Amino acid sequence: MQGGTAAVERVFREEYGRLIASLVRRFGDIDIAEEAAGEAFLAAVEKWPESGTPPNPGGWLTTTAGNRAIDRIRREKQRDARHQAALMYRDDTPDEHTGPVEDDRLRLLFTCCHPALAPEARIALTLRLLGGLTVAQIAHAFLVPETTMAQRITRAKKKIAAAKVPYRVPEAADLPERLGGVLAVLFLVFNEGYLATGDGDPVRAELTGEATRLTRVLRQLLPEEAEVAGLLGLLLLTEARREARVRNGQLVPLGEQDRAGWDRGLIAEGHELVRECLAINRPGRYQILAAINAVHTDAPTASDTDWSQVVALYDQLTRLDPSPIVALNRAVAVAELDGPTVALTLVDRLPLTGYHAWHVARADMLRRLGRTAEAKESYDAAIAATQNSAERAYLSMKRGELV
Amino acid sequence: MTHYLLTVHGPAETDEYGNYGSKEEMEEAFAATGAFNDKLRADGYWVFAGGLQPASTATVVDGQGETPVMTDGPYLETKEVIGGFWVIDAPDLDVALELAAEGSMACRGKVEVRPFDGLA
Repeated sequence: MQGGTAAVERVFREEYGRLIASLVRRFGDIDIAEEAAGEAFLAAVEKWPESGTPPNPGGWLTTTAGNRAIDRIRREKQRDARHQAALMYRDDTPDEHTGPVEDDRLRLLFTCCHPALAPEARIALTLRLLGGLTVAQIAHAFLVPETTMAQRITRAKKKIAAAKVPYRVPEAADLPERLGGVLAVLFLVFNEGYLATGDGDPVRAELTGEATRLTRVLRQLLPEEAEVAGLLGLLLLTEARREARVRNGQLVPLGEQDRAGWDRGLIAEGHELVRECLAINRPGRYQILAAINAVHTDAPTASDTDWSQVVALYDQLTRLDPSPIVALNRAVAVAELDGPTVALTLVDRLPLTGYHAWHVARADMLRRLGRTAEAKESYDAAIAATQNSAERAYLSMKRGELV
Repeated sequence: MTHYLLTVHGPAETDEYGNYGSKEEMEEAFAATGAFNDKLRADGYWVFAGGLQPASTATVVDGQGETPVMTDGPYLETKEVIGGFWVIDAPDLDVALELAAEGSMACRGKVEVRPFDGLA
């Protein structure tokens, strides 16, 4: 019944964030929620292949997991009075004290992105609890050993329980301040979906879709926040190219994509958001990145791209965020405007030798300069450093073309 | 509700104005801290609070052996020590952090927030 199990796995992963969030609200405990979700998954693996997938698989999982959690609490109530006391702090009245947002996943998102947690723990928890990634996948994405990541997540969950980090969207007055951390996490979740790590699908649409969906809800709630509009614009303009981005398991770079395959509806929506941001005139990181993507999606063909505009926007971004990664992306645009010689000089002085995109950019510039032997070395380094199967396939093809 | 320990951390070496800078500033900090304490009581968060004598007045006792061993001075010789604390009872960490920020502003020191693992 291998096929049956795979179908259950797919449904489970799609439903995971919603399932965990509703269980956390109901039982006020992340560990109970995760364990109950795991048991519901095992029950589904046992039953669905024989009796067929239920008409509402998400509802089935929620009911089954809820029953398992109640069973566990009953068992523990009998033998552990202290745990019983802890469980009395649960949100039995979900409609009170919940702030302006009523979506379970958003509450869990604000819990996962709480400023009392370490930044790396916020991202890990969000990917684990809302994205449904395994600890191994998250460890891989952050280039740390699995035991380190497991400890990080366990420690964060323990702090949430012991220090009582609330499961709640902040009150309106605190919302803007807490927002920056949430936006950063949503962007990272999107990126993990857009350039997925691991040996599975090179693009995980459920993660890009989830990040986009949560950003849309944030946008409805905070229509005045320019950076929320900026992030949503950025995600939509990136998501619009998703279908054209992989062909036959191989990554297709922006310049070589079939632009007829881009989602015009998402592009129109993204452009509207960018125009709105320009009118607000309070530029921020996500708004500038959205504007860069608006320039790309505005060009009918790759050669129509207004590269001077792209470089100007990266200059503006550099003033806000003078990081080497921004400098690398700027250099890639400079290569189109001023040629690979100028760009390679910029790239070579960046301290990014452990970053696959640095090797990819160098390989491409060296190839264009006809420095074939060095280009081959750079492609090899890029292939070794990348963790995305489609990108590896593309780089191997480019490497193979060099003679 | 959860009990939280809010500890105020500051330099171990203090001058005659308790490192507030001047007599006026010290008195202002005391007044602000007094007002904050009143607010904690009025809002129902108050459990207990107090300022501590300098760490140099501390004695460490090890009573695990046959006869207790006394050592003059604090358990850890550090440049920064606990100068005072509050114990509060708050519904969740957000409330505790907000109160800690107010307390930090009032007493002019950094405040560490740590939940109790139950109370005896």
